[in-house]
Amino acid sequence: MAYWLPVAWAGLIAVAVLAYVLLDGFDLGVGILFAVEHHPDDRDVMVNTVAPVWDGNETWLVLGGGGLFAVFPMAYAVIMPAFYPAIIGMLLALVFRGVAFEFRFRARRPLSRAWWDRAFMGGSTVAAFCQGLTLGGLLQGVHAVDGQYAGGWFDWLTGFTLLCGIAVVLGYALLGSTWLIWRTEGRLQHSARRHAHVLGMAVLGLIVIVSLWTPMLNPRFEHRWFGFPGIVLTSPVPILVALAAWGFWRGLAGRRDLAPFLCAEAWFVLCYAGLGISLWPLIVPPGITIWQAAAPPSSQLFLLVGAVVLIPVILIYTGFAYWVFRGKVKVGAHYH
Amino acid sequence: MTTAILLARAQFAFTIGFHIVLPAFSIGLASYLAVLEALWLTTGRGVYLDLFNYWLRVFAVVFAMGVVSGVVMAYEFGTNWSVFAEKTGPVIGPLMGYEVLTAFFLEAGFLGVMLFGMKRVGPGLHMFATAVVAFGTLISAFWILSANSWMQTPAGYAISPHGRFIPVDWWAIVFNPSFPYRLVHMVLASYLSVAFLVGAVGAWHLLRDRQSQAARVMFSMAMWMAAIVAPLQVIAGDQQGLNTLRYQPAKVAAMEGDFTTRPGTSLKLFGLPNLAAGRTEDQIAIPHLGALILTHSWDGTVRGLDSFPRRDWPPAPWVFWSFRLMVALGFAMVGLGWWSLWLRFRRRLYATPLLLRAALAMAPAGFIAVLCGWVTTEVGRQPFTVYGLLRTTQSASPIGAPGVAASFAAIAVVYFIVFGVGFRYILRLLRQPPAVGQHGPESGVPVRSAGLTPAPALEPDAAPSAAGE
Repeated sequence: MAYWLPVAWAGLIAVAVLAYVLLDGFDLGVGILFAVEHHPDDRDVMVNTVAPVWDGNETWLVLGGGGLFAVFPMAYAVIMPAFYPAIIGMLLALVFRGVAFEFRFRARRPLSRAWWDRAFMGGSTVAAFCQGLTLGGLLQGVHAVDGQYAGGWFDWLTGFTLLCGIAVVLGYALLGSTWLIWRTEGRLQHSARRHAHVLGMAVLGLIVIVSLWTPMLNPRFEHRWFGFPGIVLTSPVPILVALAAWGFWRGLAGRRDLAPFLCAEAWFVLCYAGLGISLWPLIVPPGITIWQAAAPPSSQLFLLVGAVVLIPVILIYTGFAYWVFRGKVKVGAHYH
Repeated sequence: MTTAILLARAQFAFTIGFHIVLPAFSIGLASYLAVLEALWLTTGRGVYLDLFNYWLRVFAVVFAMGVVSGVVMAYEFGTNWSVFAEKTGPVIGPLMGYEVLTAFFLEAGFLGVMLFGMKRVGPGLHMFATAVVAFGTLISAFWILSANSWMQTPAGYAISPHGRFIPVDWWAIVFNPSFPYRLVHMVLASYLSVAFLVGAVGAWHLLRDRQSQAARVMFSMAMWMAAIVAPLQVIAGDQQGLNTLRYQPAKVAAMEGDFTTRPGTSLKLFGLPNLAAGRTEDQIAIPHLGALILTHSWDGTVRGLDSFPRRDWPPAPWVFWSFRLMVALGFAMVGLGWWSLWLRFRRRLYATPLLLRAALAMAPAGFIAVLCGWVTTEVGRQPFTVYGLLRTTQSASPIGAPGVAASFAAIAVVYFIVFGVGFRYILRLLRQPPAVGQHGPESGVPVRSAGLTPAPALEPDAAPSAAGE
């Protein structure tokens, strides 16, 4: 029990965070793409493709944070202060973009609408960037003593974390552009295809750089990736990434609607799997394992019962919400 | 107390102060929307659908602000209070986890359908979505108040050698002694806050157009709530006070400004609690009434702050004054409710400008009372985060004062911009009269001329100068 409960929970929280990345990734990406899409009608359509679902997408982030607090309180207590500026930055950015969904339709003057469009784009970009910084910083490792953060303000700020920040921004933009290919048509879809093509190349390049850099951060990661038996598990990852890349460009070239989105999401799943392989069984590198960070079994069990019952239910009605709003979103279509 | 901790406390008070108004708003408004839609479906009267659509737009803005300020709260425990998080996470964390699993996802999943889906799913399923969102807000209140109440009246725990709280009995944790009282008090407070806002909006439009059917319905519904729920809230508040007296006597002593323990305590209507001098100065008091209220006996003894060590005293002036303001607002609400009841029976409910003006003035009364109530109970919990067990000074993150100050400044700027603008948009929506026959929130095009209001009912964005701006 004391062994398996934290394992089950690590899996569940990993799934929650992955669900967050896959889902909020594309709606943050839609916001980031405001940087290159300027036509007011296009922007309205872009927002309308995600307006009914963004709130649910973001809830996975709350589940990730809440789950960490409940089940791995030590990890929560170390990670939040360690990445203090990045976390605060992410939260405030999410505030801006969250309200921009409503406010940009409520703004009466073109100037104030332009400001809320900027808030939507800036908020989405900064939130993605801060998530990348946190991810990179976590891979680098956090200095903790007695279950509390013991490092300085900007320990996390390195070339590697900045690169991760940029990678996440471009990655989410890629998800956003492929989402738009799926959910829009005409000029906007055409433009999304062009962006997806460029972003796909950039993101694939960044995946390669980050993947080669990560094992150098920590000998443990290096051993995991290139030593035996780790390599049995790790070697399929790059192969599958290449396969997804093939599917991605084939889908783009063949003017398929859904394939590019699925392939881009597959890249994220694979990178995430790679991350999991590197970290396991650490939750806060270099020193804190999931068992050290775990709450007492009674806490884990109490919440696990609810999670096992409720997460499938959540998936069902979330799926229903997506199904209700299926299909291409047209100019002047539902809402506002 | 160090600057960093003081700043962290101020930051938490600021963020939660902004936040709490929004859930109170959405709990009350979601239930009101569900009632309106149900009335529309059962009676078939268009005015209910008009009102539903009118308030739905407000709800969309409020909900978005509530979500984003709530996400900040979910992480602030870790950023600024990491020691607290590490020690209490095993107990409080699962309660919040259940809030996310049972409430947040439910609300988020059905909110889209509620806001945008009327034409896609039909009225029956739409009604279901509205009811689910309303129910979700109540479930959310259940868990978050359980977690908060546990910090006030901890139960069902053990303490590990490392000073960590270990859950022993989940039933005792969830239903800790102050929880049922706090839940009832807060849900009623949310309903009253929204009722008084709805009443004020109804009154505002009635003052302009006494025949407006929608304004009459709003005003009448709100005044029924004021007449019935406000007195219930007084009873619920009294019960919670008695519960607090039992489990957190020092808080009650601060609320009452009682520094000395003696039989037949007076009720202080006014006074200036002076912590350094250990007495309440310049008081105007009614003898024996404090004892009568708190112990239900003429000569009952209520413990004063002198029976607690000085280092366990809460900051009495804050608690004393916020409590008084809350109670005063509560009685004003009862007064308005009963006055409206009297006028209703004399068939002058819509025709008494003084009542309408009073209702308009009371628009923010519920929200201010909510804030005062939370200041009373949270400041009254000091100097502890977990009452009697974990001190605030031993709860904060290892983040220095400059870091906390910088994040506080950033948060303050962002919140003032975002919530200031949001507040303006809400007022702008409410200034427009409810459009008659405005079907679905997905208009964006001019709707037909409204029956009783002469101007064409336009989408607010599309109305360039209708409101004279």
